[in-house]
Amino acid sequence: MILGIDTSIGTAVALVDPAGGILAEIVSPDPRGHAEVIGDLLDRAFAAAGVGPADVTAVAAGMGPGPFTGLRVGIAAARAFALGRGIPVVAVASHDAAARALADPAFAVAANAADSAPVVEGQPLAVVTDARRREVAVSVYRVESGEPVRIVDPHLVLRASTDPVELFGAPASELAETTSISAAALARIAAERLASGTAVTDAAEPLYLRAPDVTISAGPKKVGT
Amino acid sequence: MTRATPRREPLVLGIETSCDETGIGIVRGRSLLSNTIASSMAEHARYGGVVPEVAARAHLEALQPAIEAAVAEAGVSLDELDAVAVTSGPGLAGALMVGVGAAKALAVSLGAPLYAVNHLVGHIAADILTGDDVEYPTVALLVSGGHTSLLLVRDLVSDVEMLGETMDDAAGEAFDKIARILGLPYPGGPEIDRAAAAGDPNAIRFPRGLSRASDMAAHRYDFSFSGLKTAVARWVEQREAAGETVPVADVAASFREAVVDVLVTKALDACAQHGVPRLLLGGGVIANRRLRDVALERAAAAGVAVRIPPLSLCTDNGAMIAALAAELISSGAEPSTLAFGADSTLPVTEIQVRG
Ligand SMILES: [Zn+2]
Repeated sequence: MILGIDTSIGTAVALVDPAGGILAEIVSPDPRGHAEVIGDLLDRAFAAAGVGPADVTAVAAGMGPGPFTGLRVGIAAARAFALGRGIPVVAVASHDAAARALADPAFAVAANAADSAPVVEGQPLAVVTDARRREVAVSVYRVESGEPVRIVDPHLVLRASTDPVELFGAPASELAETTSISAAALARIAAERLASGTAVTDAAEPLYLRAPDVTISAGPKKVGT
Repeated sequence: MTRATPRREPLVLGIETSCDETGIGIVRGRSLLSNTIASSMAEHARYGGVVPEVAARAHLEALQPAIEAAVAEAGVSLDELDAVAVTSGPGLAGALMVGVGAAKALAVSLGAPLYAVNHLVGHIAADILTGDDVEYPTVALLVSGGHTSLLLVRDLVSDVEMLGETMDDAAGEAFDKIARILGLPYPGGPEIDRAAAAGDPNAIRFPRGLSRASDMAAHRYDFSFSGLKTAVARWVEQREAAGETVPVADVAASFREAVVDVLVTKALDACAQHGVPRLLLGGGVIANRRLRDVALERAAAAGVAVRIPPLSLCTDNGAMIAALAAELISSGAEPSTLAFGADSTLPVTEIQVRG
């Protein structure tokens, strides 16, 4: 079975069987605190699925885009889990999972997309997520045979921008924002890519989309005052 | 104090990501099996200091290869581990979180207990890996780019007291900043050392922070290097404004002497006041030859025995984190729960974070 881990928004953990059936899906919507909750979420997912870590055959890691500090927690966890079991990590763009969840009602965690436009075959589908600093990350997909195919890679857009999103007549601010990533959809995508031989299993870079801020550290803050 | 050797010494992997070194250590009880370190120092050089986001990105890239290298060097397999240990704090929050996330997932995947420990106490634990019998109580002076702390260690796993610490810059940062003022590259410690070799440490009397009689009541064991930094900067600016050549060697030597003097004076004062004839040095700045020489010389005169672990165990590393966890396990400490987080200001009294 596949373990999916995504921390690009909240913290999401799921276990899916090779056929894509969802065995467990646990989410903490908190956009912070990923390092605190990741261990318990893993534990709870295994308990809910009634399986153990030794039953996992691959780990799907949500590579973002998303706020960096949280995003790294999930990727680090995915890699460490895989290392512990000697199994591959499949790097999956978090937006791919979001698009999949929008296109497939089986991934119920995408309930936040209820206010988004209905997904229509052959039509574009936008995934918009928070990128902090008054920006959003946007990707565009087209639904082909019920499957979203990415046609515009994730990029940053100012929330206040009035420029229409590619293939849309409206700016990003008028498109529905995804506030939760489905780790089950992420794991399902990884399972499919493993089956078709298209999975990226070497250490892919997170989708940071931004160069690091150069603020020199003042060192750890003082203790006790 | 020597503890009875446990029947079976725990095999522990330690993960340390509090600053710019990704450290993975593997110990079996008090025996060091691997001390693997990947440093992002070179990536920070052009900024003249540690850039937190650069450090955190580097941790994520370095973790997996470092764990693989450590396991290979130790000649063990991950499923043999008795426990996983990780630094919970203090340190840079975003950097710590990478290690915490990895440690939790590794522990869950292996079904192994997890120990979240204190970075500063880890520095003290490094001494155990030298193979000598370590005696407590001891005063510990930990000096690096991230911290400058004076601790009283009565028992490694149960009783560590913070006597004092820096109120502003860490000593290592002061070296970096003065190096920049003198036009020397980053990291400043070795550069200042090189420049100081030809200089007179008594050429210029720079201020010793928090060393006046009036400071003794509230800040007897605390440090401050910002006044020193300002004094050096002003002295250099005045020479430059007057069109004089700055005597870099003398400035470097005099600055270093001011830092070393205040560090050693306060550490030995702590030994005397607490009746503890032992001083442990730790942290990357211990690489500074002058600091070690002055500490050894003045401690000998004061009847204080000095312990200095090898430099590879003084700088930030995962072996010290694993060593501390192994001691906790041997003393019967329960594992941490999975609920702890990264705590950038974790107090030294919290040797293990239970979660
Ligand atoms: Zn340190």
